[in-house]
Amino acid sequence: MKTTVLIKLATASIRKNKMRATLTMLGIIIGVAAVIVMVAVGYGARTRIRAQINNLGTNMIVITPGAAQTAGVSQGAQAFANLSLDDVDKIRRESQYVAAVSPVVVSRAQVIGPAGNWRSQINGVDVDYQTIRDWPTESGDFFSADDVNATRKVAVLGATVAANLFPDQDPVGQEVQIRNVPFRIAGVLSKKGQTATGTDSDDIVLMPYTTARATLSGRVFIPQILASTTNEQDIPAAQQELTELMRETHRLAGNDPNDFTVRNQNDLAQAAESSTRVMTLLLAAIASISLLVGGIGIMNIMLVSVTERTREIGIRLAIGARGSDVLTQFLVESIVMGVFGGLIGLIVGFSGAKILGHFTGWETVISPIVMIIAVGFSGAVGVFFGYYPARKAAALDPIQALRYE
Amino acid sequence: MGDAVIEVHGLTKTYSTGATEVHALRGIDLTIHRGELVAIMGSSGSGKSTLMNLLGCLDTPTSGTYELDGVRVDGLGKNELAAIRNQKLGFVFQGFNLLARTTAVENVELPLLYDRGGKKRDPRKLAVAALERVGLGQRLDHQPSELSGGQQQRVAIARALVTEPALVLADEPTGNLDTKTTIEVMALFQELNTQGITIVLVTHEPDVAAYATRVVEIRDGHIRRDEPVANRRKAAEDLLHVEEDAA
Repeated sequence: MKTTVLIKLATASIRKNKMRATLTMLGIIIGVAAVIVMVAVGYGARTRIRAQINNLGTNMIVITPGAAQTAGVSQGAQAFANLSLDDVDKIRRESQYVAAVSPVVVSRAQVIGPAGNWRSQINGVDVDYQTIRDWPTESGDFFSADDVNATRKVAVLGATVAANLFPDQDPVGQEVQIRNVPFRIAGVLSKKGQTATGTDSDDIVLMPYTTARATLSGRVFIPQILASTTNEQDIPAAQQELTELMRETHRLAGNDPNDFTVRNQNDLAQAAESSTRVMTLLLAAIASISLLVGGIGIMNIMLVSVTERTREIGIRLAIGARGSDVLTQFLVESIVMGVFGGLIGLIVGFSGAKILGHFTGWETVISPIVMIIAVGFSGAVGVFFGYYPARKAAALDPIQALRYE
Repeated sequence: MGDAVIEVHGLTKTYSTGATEVHALRGIDLTIHRGELVAIMGSSGSGKSTLMNLLGCLDTPTSGTYELDGVRVDGLGKNELAAIRNQKLGFVFQGFNLLARTTAVENVELPLLYDRGGKKRDPRKLAVAALERVGLGQRLDHQPSELSGGQQQRVAIARALVTEPALVLADEPTGNLDTKTTIEVMALFQELNTQGITIVLVTHEPDVAAYATRVVEIRDGHIRRDEPVANRRKAAEDLLHVEEDAA
């Protein structure tokens, strides 16, 4: 029999049992829709995280102290207080790939303004920091290299800090007190929003690292060095080069392990994404179970259908249908149900993801690959769960089948 | 005898159910020629249904030879038998056995859809022609539930005719019909027979057998009687009497 005739026959017999077919397909519809919504939410979370990581800066490389081990016990990152200005100077002098580099001295302090006070993160950085983080000022200017060299008491406020200390006025040119030291405000940074981990990147005060060391901590230790390249292709080479330069300044012999970590934005993104990937997989796995249950529903109905249509099968066999004709007929029927259910599930899942995204504010991303896989898989479910009943139908003895009441 | 449609020699069929063996047929020799209308008679358990299944290629004999329209069919595989049923045989059953919720014309074209011969035919056109031949040209798109018993049986006969088979096998074709409809259906069979179609019908009613040209009686797996019908009745004439009685 021709394929078109087969599909026509299958859809005709499905149409004769509309209610039953709809209920059977419902299992597949719910399964496919669930998979699509879950994967869409998971993908959405991943794209959001990636966007946030990219928001950190352009072509950024982060150097942090390595994880030290004392007598085999890991002390965790930053156990080595071993990043120094020497490292920064060496990178600035000798690196070919790195276009901008800045130490980051981190502290927290109370910032007192004319209208109130605000506790915020204080970062002592170099002028290159602005380039690395790709962070323009909204009003005023970033502090200058001159300010850094002269250890001037100037500060640049993040948008959140500015909004809290200077509501309804421009803070540029005014003063704030940090640890009883007055700082002149050189500028206010534009808004950057949340980081991947959910903290507010605008809740920050930037000042020259020289000033920060002199007035705030007095410590020589630098928890982080940021660097960036001019273009993305240079990042791997720059990472390699930075590692070598750092090993030189740290006087590490050939086999000594690195006592620092050099990571780029991609590494950070991957670390953040790996958790959502696990989450997405888990959600998709749970949703797939409903697809499986839908498949069992198809099998159940096909078995009932074979029993119910025993006489029909007998007639078909008597007038010259082969076992394979009957097998194909029932198989096509369950595939049609599977694929049709998959397509409806696709539409339901697609709109479901959109509606969910609309009401929760979550970003949902529906990838075409997932759509193809979902429909293909539901067709495969039709084949897998339809084969046994179809086999049973094809194996019927025409004489017995014709006598069946 | 080049015009033999059925040639059967020493046909036996034994069913073994566990330890006991049932000899349904114990050696049948039968030749049926083209253009005959043969009634196979017998009580239940006589073996006539088994013979019908064997002649219809629905079952395979335990021993013996069976030649249908010049083709040896004993020993053929399942798929080959399916092809023989499709091309050489037309079935008419007691319970009509039409597909429910399927129109008359779709029922009739069904055997053509299973034909692998690769003949270029228009199933719809042939199905319509077959239905017109049995006088149902006006009922093409009616479903079985919308047709009377006699009309349903005529759809089944059209389905049996549509492939132009060498033989039409009818298994108790009038078993579910009242007297008048029985005579109508037999009139149709007689008419088709005069057009040259070979028909074998299984029945246990002597009244029905009286319309045949030859009666074969089976008892205990043997042929007990095989003779031409002496006073053959004309169903078309009987039909007139029935209508007169009714009026």
